[in-house]
Amino acid sequence: MTTKAGAAPVAEEVPEKGRGAGRGRTEGGVLNVFSHGILLAWALMVGLPLLWVLWSSFKSSGDILGSPWSLPRSLHFENWAHAWDRANIGRYFLNTVVVVGASVIGTMTLGSMAGYVLARFSFPGNRFIYYLFVAGMSFPVFMLVIPLFFVLRDFPGTRLLATYPGLILVYIAFSLPFTVFFMTAFFRTLPASVAEAAMIDGASHSRVFFQVMLPMAKPGLISIGIFNFLGQWNQYLLPMVLNQREDRYVLTQGLAELALQQGYQGDWGGLMAGMVIAMLPVLIVYVIFQRQVQAGLTAGALK
Amino acid sequence: MRHGKYRFIAGFLALPLAIYAIFVISPFVQAFQLAMTDWSGLAGKATYIGFKNYDKLVHSDEFWNALKHNVVMLVLVPIVTLALGLFFAYMLNVGGRARRGAVITGVRGARFYKFVFFFPQVISITIISVIWFNIYNPDPSDGMLNSLLGAVGLDSLQSAWLGEKSLALACIMVVMVWANVGFYVVLFSAAMASIPREIYEASLLDGAGRAQTFFRITLPLLWDTVQTGWVYMGIIAMDAFALVQIMSVNMGGPDGATDVVPLRLYQTAFRDSQFGYASAMGVAMLVVTLLFAVLTMRFARRERIEF
Repeated sequence: MTTKAGAAPVAEEVPEKGRGAGRGRTEGGVLNVFSHGILLAWALMVGLPLLWVLWSSFKSSGDILGSPWSLPRSLHFENWAHAWDRANIGRYFLNTVVVVGASVIGTMTLGSMAGYVLARFSFPGNRFIYYLFVAGMSFPVFMLVIPLFFVLRDFPGTRLLATYPGLILVYIAFSLPFTVFFMTAFFRTLPASVAEAAMIDGASHSRVFFQVMLPMAKPGLISIGIFNFLGQWNQYLLPMVLNQREDRYVLTQGLAELALQQGYQGDWGGLMAGMVIAMLPVLIVYVIFQRQVQAGLTAGALK
Repeated sequence: MRHGKYRFIAGFLALPLAIYAIFVISPFVQAFQLAMTDWSGLAGKATYIGFKNYDKLVHSDEFWNALKHNVVMLVLVPIVTLALGLFFAYMLNVGGRARRGAVITGVRGARFYKFVFFFPQVISITIISVIWFNIYNPDPSDGMLNSLLGAVGLDSLQSAWLGEKSLALACIMVVMVWANVGFYVVLFSAAMASIPREIYEASLLDGAGRAQTFFRITLPLLWDTVQTGWVYMGIIAMDAFALVQIMSVNMGGPDGATDVVPLRLYQTAFRDSQFGYASAMGVAMLVVTLLFAVLTMRFARRERIEF
């Protein structure tokens, strides 16, 4: 990324039209071929299986199984149609959109509210609440999931097990630790003077937050929003345990179910098309926001 | 003014804290309580049995078998993943042909490589499992790997992969490495980019080769990031649930060769309805994870180098 910017030319070493001098050229050349070879090999190992899913989604089920490496003989678009309605991927897709859409909005709103207050105001218990949130990052989900099942099943007053609101609330709760941790750090870096000026002009605390601070925090909100979107879109364990009603399935569950059925149903074409449908939204987000996605997902380890 | 401030703070914290307390903190606390009971899921039927679940756990061969696999993963997967991640990141940032007279350059297309390497990070583990299930398909002509080996004349290397008791666990670990290397390439690239170029140039002028530069300069300067990455990868290795559940023969087979603690926990709870016993496994997982993090921090600690 920054290699080019950092590579300041060393004047003495630049001959008229050469690219680097003497020793640098030979060693660099050999190393260059070597490193490109290895990098390309790994890129193929990662890229080919993913492309394979795409081109297999146009093949007949027999061909996918019988000759896994062949290109489609004719484009079987019906795989996509079958996946969408017969295999119910359409419904799972909508379920996922509803759940993840509401969860991401909820997580970002609540997470930045908490992060803002924890970053900007001193009050008794501030540190305690902050560490309470941060500690959540180290709890194994497997340990929480059993009691959580009963928290949802026995929730007073309303049914939360295998419902949209139940899943949304759980997604928000599990995304809060990292979101609060990150947004607290982010709000600390923003200048206090702007907020103070707005207060002097008579804006209330909440107005300062929604109309001044949130717009200023946009880069942080985008990184963490993408992080949460990807994590929740691909979440597997939580819906497996808490969302065991077929018509409420999210994509990951539906695909896993479909994959486990292949043994006797054999609609591999439909499964491949379903996987492409499930990958499309993430692919779009990833292509558009490549830099933010990579920054957002690695942010936790770099801080 | 003061009154307004506290009302504002309470108003902003109430909802996030309530949701977090109900759906994360309370299950966390309940897990310890549940682990002390013989609960089978019926309301009001839980009896306190003290440490019996833990006792049962310590004497369960099934549990030790699963834990052993997790520990093997905990040791091997981070080593391989981080080594490959460091190697690729170094190639991307330093392996380029000397261009425009600069001593140290990245390879062309670094952005493209990072895009591809990172890709498995953004897709669901379900999809990864299904892809690799097809790669490992044991049939000599149906399986992607087997048919490829057959096509290049290496029929002798064809194998049942996940169906082979001695290979199955390694097959699962390969997928974990495959899926996670990209994350560390990006992470280490970012960290390497922040190392000042002059340090590299000085070392090259002093006659250090690239390997020497890597071990004497890059690695020590990246040590903090490597350490954090190690803990991250260890936590991922403690999981492996979806991979094993979807890919392995008979869920954890053949013959228990790929069984892992999360799968044991899941089946004990949601197939056998032994929720108390399963909670004890959950607590054991917390202990192992924390132990791993503490040990890593303890033994990997080195003097921090400022630059």
